[in-house]
Amino acid sequence: MTVYPGKALREAFGETLVELGEQIPEIVVLDADISASLKTNTFAKRYPERHINCGVAEQNMMMNAAGLATTGLIPLACTYATFSSMRTCEQIRSFICYANLNVKIISTHGGIEVGWDGPTHQATEDVAMMRAIPNMTVVAPADAVATSALLRRVVAYAGPTYFRMGRNPVPVIYKPNQEFTIGKAIKLREGADVTLVAMGAMVSVGLDAVEKLAAENIQAGLLDMHTVKPLDGEALLAAARNTHAIVTLEDHNIIGGLGGAVAEFLAEHKPVPVVRVGVPDTFAESGAPHELFEKYGMSANHVVDAAHRVLK
Amino acid sequence: MPYEEKLLNELQRQANRIRQEVIRMTHAAGSGHPAGSLSEADILSALYFHFMQIDPKNPAWPDRDRFILSKGHACPGLYAALALRGYFPMEKLATLRRIDSILQGHPDMTKTPGVEMSAGPLGNGMSAGAGMALGARITGRDFRVFVLIGDGDAQEGCTWEASMFAGFQQLANLVCIYDYNRSQVDGPTCEILDLEPVADKWRAFNWEVREIDGHDIEQILDALAWAAQQRERPALIIAHTIKGKGVSFMTENPAAWHGKAPNKELAERALKELSQEALA
Repeated sequence: MTVYPGKALREAFGETLVELGEQIPEIVVLDADISASLKTNTFAKRYPERHINCGVAEQNMMMNAAGLATTGLIPLACTYATFSSMRTCEQIRSFICYANLNVKIISTHGGIEVGWDGPTHQATEDVAMMRAIPNMTVVAPADAVATSALLRRVVAYAGPTYFRMGRNPVPVIYKPNQEFTIGKAIKLREGADVTLVAMGAMVSVGLDAVEKLAAENIQAGLLDMHTVKPLDGEALLAAARNTHAIVTLEDHNIIGGLGGAVAEFLAEHKPVPVVRVGVPDTFAESGAPHELFEKYGMSANHVVDAAHRVLK
Repeated sequence: MPYEEKLLNELQRQANRIRQEVIRMTHAAGSGHPAGSLSEADILSALYFHFMQIDPKNPAWPDRDRFILSKGHACPGLYAALALRGYFPMEKLATLRRIDSILQGHPDMTKTPGVEMSAGPLGNGMSAGAGMALGARITGRDFRVFVLIGDGDAQEGCTWEASMFAGFQQLANLVCIYDYNRSQVDGPTCEILDLEPVADKWRAFNWEVREIDGHDIEQILDALAWAAQQRERPALIIAHTIKGKGVSFMTENPAAWHGKAPNKELAERALKELSQEALA
C-alpha cells in the first residue's frame, strides 16, 4: 500500500483561512463555540473585528451570516456538520439559499469517521439535505491540499456553499500544485473495468482499493467527486462509457448523498450498474474510525467486494 | 416631543392608505394575511414616510437604513408601504400571490424592490437584523436596522438566541419593534403561549425597552427617536396594537382574520370604514 502523510482537513482550513483573511477584507468568520475544533482561532486572533463567536446558538449564527451577506461581506459560518445541516436547515434553505445569499457554511465532523462521539455527532445525512436545496453548491474536499485550494475557489464564488470536512487526519494525496475547479471531478486513476467515484475521506480509501483490485488484475479508475453539486456529469458519462460499472464511495448514508446523486444522473443519462459504498442507512455508534469503517462496510476491502459485485 | 400637525396627519393618512391597500390586495388575491397587516400599518407609515433614511430610487444604496419584516405573512402591509413610497408601481399590488408576480405570498428579497430580507418562517428576522447591524459595524457604516416582530416571532427560539446575542454584542444600531397584538392563528396569546412579562424578558437580555400605543403616530415617532439615541444597547419598542385595526369585523374576531381574505362584500365594508376614518 502506498503510504501518504496525514493531515486533518480542518487544519488546512484554518491555515488557509488566515491567508484569505489577509487577502480578502470582506471575509467574516462566525463560530458557534467550537472555534478550537474548526481551527479558526488563528484567524480570530489576527482579525478580531472580523470574527464573531455566536455561542451555542447555531440558528442565530446562520441568520447573522445571512444578514452580513446583504452588507457585501463574505460570512463563513462554521460548526459541526450535524448542526449546520439539521439544526439550521430552515435558515439555510429559506433564507440563505432562497435568496441566494453569499454565505459559506463550513462544516467539520462529516461522516462516521468522527468516531468516538457517536451518532449524534456523526453527520450522515448532511450532503443529502444540502444537495436537495436549490442554489446550493456542495463541496467535500478529499485532503488538506484539496481543502486549501477548494476553499479559495468557494470564497471566490458568489453563492451559498456547503463545505464539508471530516474530523480526523487523512492522507495527503495531492501535490501542492494540483488545480481544482468547482464542479469538475479529478481523475486520479484511469480505469478499464470499473470506476470508483469517491468523495471526501473516502477518496484515499478508494486509492487503496484501486491497488488491491490491480493485484487481482481488475483495472479500476478513481474519480474524486469533490463537488457533489453541481455534479460533474461529463466525467461520469466518460467513466460509464469507458468502464461500464460504477462504485460510489462516501462517508455518508448511501441514500441521498454522492451515491444517490451519481445513481440519479446515470439512470437518466447512461444506465450502467452502480453499487453504493457508504453508511448502510443506519445509525453507527461510538468507536475508533477504522473499526467503524470495518464494521459498517466502508473499508478498502469492502470497496473491493463492491467492485466484484458490480462486475458480476 | 412636539411634532407638526401636518406631519402627524400625513403619517396617519399614509397608514390609512396602507390599510386600504391591504384590504384591496388580499381581496384580489383571495388569500393572504390582512389582520396582522392592519396592526402594523401605523408603524410602517412612521418608518417609511418619515423616520428611515432610504431612497426608493436607489434601493441598494449601501448607507440606507434597513427594515426587516420578521412576521413575513403580514407582507401585504409592507408591499403597500413600499408601493406608496415609490419602490414599485401601485398597479403591482393587484398581482399579490399571482403567478409571475414580484409580490410573493411571503416576502422574497430577490423579487421585490425594497424587501431587505426574505421572510415567512417566524423567529428569524431579528437574527438577520443582528447580522446586518454587525455588517454596519464591520464596514464602518452608520445605518440602522429596524426589525418588526410579531407574537409568533416572540414564541420562536431563534428570536431569543438573537436577543441574547444582540444584547451581548451591544448592537445599538438595531431597533426591534414588537407588533404586540396578542393574537395568533389559534386564538389569544394568553390562552396559547403567553409572552408576559414581555418587557422584563428583553430587559433581562440587556435591551432598552419602551412600551407605546402602536397606533399613536406621535408615540411611535417618539419611541423611534428614543431608540436612535441608544449607544450601548439594542432597543425594543413594544407597540401595543390591535389586530385588524381599522376594520371592525376583524378586530372583533382577530384570529379568524389572521390568514383569510375578505370577500367582495366584506372588502367593501372594510374599505368604507377605512374611508370614513380617513375623512375623520
